[in-house]
Amino acid sequence: MKILVCIKQVPDTTDIKWTENNTIQREGVESIINPYDVYALETALKLKKSTGAEITVLTMGPEQAKDILRKALAIGCDNAVLLSDKKFAGADTYSTGKTIAAAIKSKLSDFDLIICGQFAIDGDTAQTGPTIANKLDIPQVTYVKAVTECSEQHLTVKREIEEGTEILKVHLPALICVLKGFEEPTRPLINGIIKAQDAEITVYSHEDIGLQPDETGLRGSPTYVSRAFRPESKGQCVFVKSSDEICEKLKEFDIING
Amino acid sequence: MASGILIYAEVTKSGYIHPVFFTLAAKAQELSAKLGGAEVSALIITSPGKTEFFKEGFEKCGFDKVYAVEDLRLAQYNTELYAKAAVDIIKEIQSEIFLIGATTQGRDLAPRISSSIPTGLTADCIELDINDKGQLAATRPTFGGKLMATILCKKYPQMATVRPGVFKPLEQDVVKNTEIIYKTPDLNITPKVELLEFIKGVEEEINDLDSAEIIVAGGKGMKNSDGFKLLKEFAKVLGGAVGASRGAVDMGLADHSIQIGQTGKTVSPKLYIACGISGAIQHIVGMDASKRIIAINIDENAPIFDVADIGYVGDAFEVIPEIIDKLSRK
Repeated sequence: MKILVCIKQVPDTTDIKWTENNTIQREGVESIINPYDVYALETALKLKKSTGAEITVLTMGPEQAKDILRKALAIGCDNAVLLSDKKFAGADTYSTGKTIAAAIKSKLSDFDLIICGQFAIDGDTAQTGPTIANKLDIPQVTYVKAVTECSEQHLTVKREIEEGTEILKVHLPALICVLKGFEEPTRPLINGIIKAQDAEITVYSHEDIGLQPDETGLRGSPTYVSRAFRPESKGQCVFVKSSDEICEKLKEFDIING
Repeated sequence: MASGILIYAEVTKSGYIHPVFFTLAAKAQELSAKLGGAEVSALIITSPGKTEFFKEGFEKCGFDKVYAVEDLRLAQYNTELYAKAAVDIIKEIQSEIFLIGATTQGRDLAPRISSSIPTGLTADCIELDINDKGQLAATRPTFGGKLMATILCKKYPQMATVRPGVFKPLEQDVVKNTEIIYKTPDLNITPKVELLEFIKGVEEEINDLDSAEIIVAGGKGMKNSDGFKLLKEFAKVLGGAVGASRGAVDMGLADHSIQIGQTGKTVSPKLYIACGISGAIQHIVGMDASKRIIAINIDENAPIFDVADIGYVGDAFEVIPEIIDKLSRK
C-alpha cells in the first residue's frame, strides 16, 4: 500500500502578535506542523504498522517548509516531496488543491490513499483536501475520526458529523481528511532525527508538474483578499471581581431585567 | 451573464431542512435588494416527493424558484452524487452567487462543487455584503478569529459557505409564489463511498444550541458531572442552552452533540458564557462570533480572556451558584 500525506506549515496561532499597522506579525513566530496534519501522519503511521505501507509526505511552501518534512521523516515517513516555486505564492484553496493534484498526477500517481488534516489552524477552510480529491477524480471522506479496517481495495472509516457518527466503506484510491485523535503524537527517536537530517527531499517547481505560471499561485486563484482587519472588541476584556458585577453586566446586556 | 442568488437547502439526516438555510434565505433577500432585485432561488437535492413537502417554507422565505433534484439514490447524502447533481444545475442556471451553510455536509460538498465548475469558494463566512462594484464581499475569520478577511471572487458563481447561527431568519414572511422546477441531471455514476451504518447523536440538545440566544458552555475546568449539572441549572435560570468544549467531551462530561468548536458546532448567540474553558483555538473558532462573551476561569492567563468582553478570574464552582442564587431571588 502506498500512502501520501499532505501537510501544511502554519504559524503557531496561540502566539499571534500584532504589528503597529494592525497586521499579523509573521516574523519571529514559530512555525509548526498544522495540528490536524499531525494526526494525518499518525493515521498513516498506524497503517504502516499494520500493512507495511510506504508513506510519502508532501507539502507546498517556501524552502524552509523542509523543516516540517524532516519532522515527518523523523517519525517514520519514508519519502518527502516539497512543492516550491515563487509562482505558487498567494494561492487560494482552489489553486493550492489544483497544484497539489497536478504534482500527484504527474509525479506520484501510484498511490492508494491520500490523507490530509481536516482543517489548517491558520486558514480553517477545510477546502484543500476535497479540492485535491476532486481534481484527481477520486472519492473523499471528510471528518474522519478513525480508520477501523484497511484492505487492498477499501477502507472502513468512522466519520463524525453534526448529527452523529457514520461508518463508511470507501473504495481505494481515495482521500480522507482526519480529525484530531486522543493519542499523544509519535515522538521522533534520535536515530530518526539523524536519518531525517540527511534525507533527500525532492523539490518540484510549476514546470516539473506541468502547470503554466498563470494556472497557479495568486494568478491561478479565483478568490483574493480585498481587506484584512483586526476584529473589533477583541482583546478588550473587562475584568470583574464579584458575582454582583457579573449580574450587573447581564442587566447591561439585556439578558436579565433590572 | 450570470445573475440571481442560489441557496443550498440542506436536507438533514432527520429529514428536515437545516436551520442555517433559513438564515441564508433572509440574507439572500437583503443581498437581492442590493443587487436591484436579483432573483432568489433554492437548490434542493433529496428523495422523491420531499420538495413538495417543504414548499410552504420556501414560499414564506421569498423564493422565486426552487430547483429540485429528486431521486431514490439521493435519499442519503453522498458526496459524489450530490456534487454531480449540483454542478450540472449550477452550470445550467448560471447564478451570480451560490451560498451553502458551513455544516459538515456543506463543508464536504462545497469545495467539491466549486473546484468542478471551477470557481472560488470562501469558507465559513460570518458576514456577506455587496460592494460598490456589485461583487459579493464575503468576510471570514482566520488565524483562529484573530484576523478578519474580506474576500472577493473573480469567477461565477461567487461561492461561500456561511456559519450557522450568524444571520437571523426573516422576522416577517416574504411570501412569494414559488415555482418548483424539477431537474434530472445524469446520476449514472457508481459512488465509491458507501454508508454502512449511522449512529445518531442526542438530537434534542442539537436543536437547542442552534436556536439558543444564550449559551452556557463548560470545559475541563468543570471537572465532573456535578459541574455540568451546575451549568444546566445556570442555563435554565438564564433561559439558555448548555454547550461543551472538546476537552469536556473527551473527559466524558458532556455528549459530543453539544460540542462547540472546530470539530463540533459553530454558534453565535447573543451571549456566550464560557465556564472553565481555557480557550484553545479549536474552541474559539466555534464561538467567537457570539455577540457578547463572558469568561469565567481560574487561570488569569487563559486565552479565552483574549476574546471575552467580560472576564472573571476565579472558581466557577463558587461564583456560578452565587449568580444563580441572585437571579432566582428576583
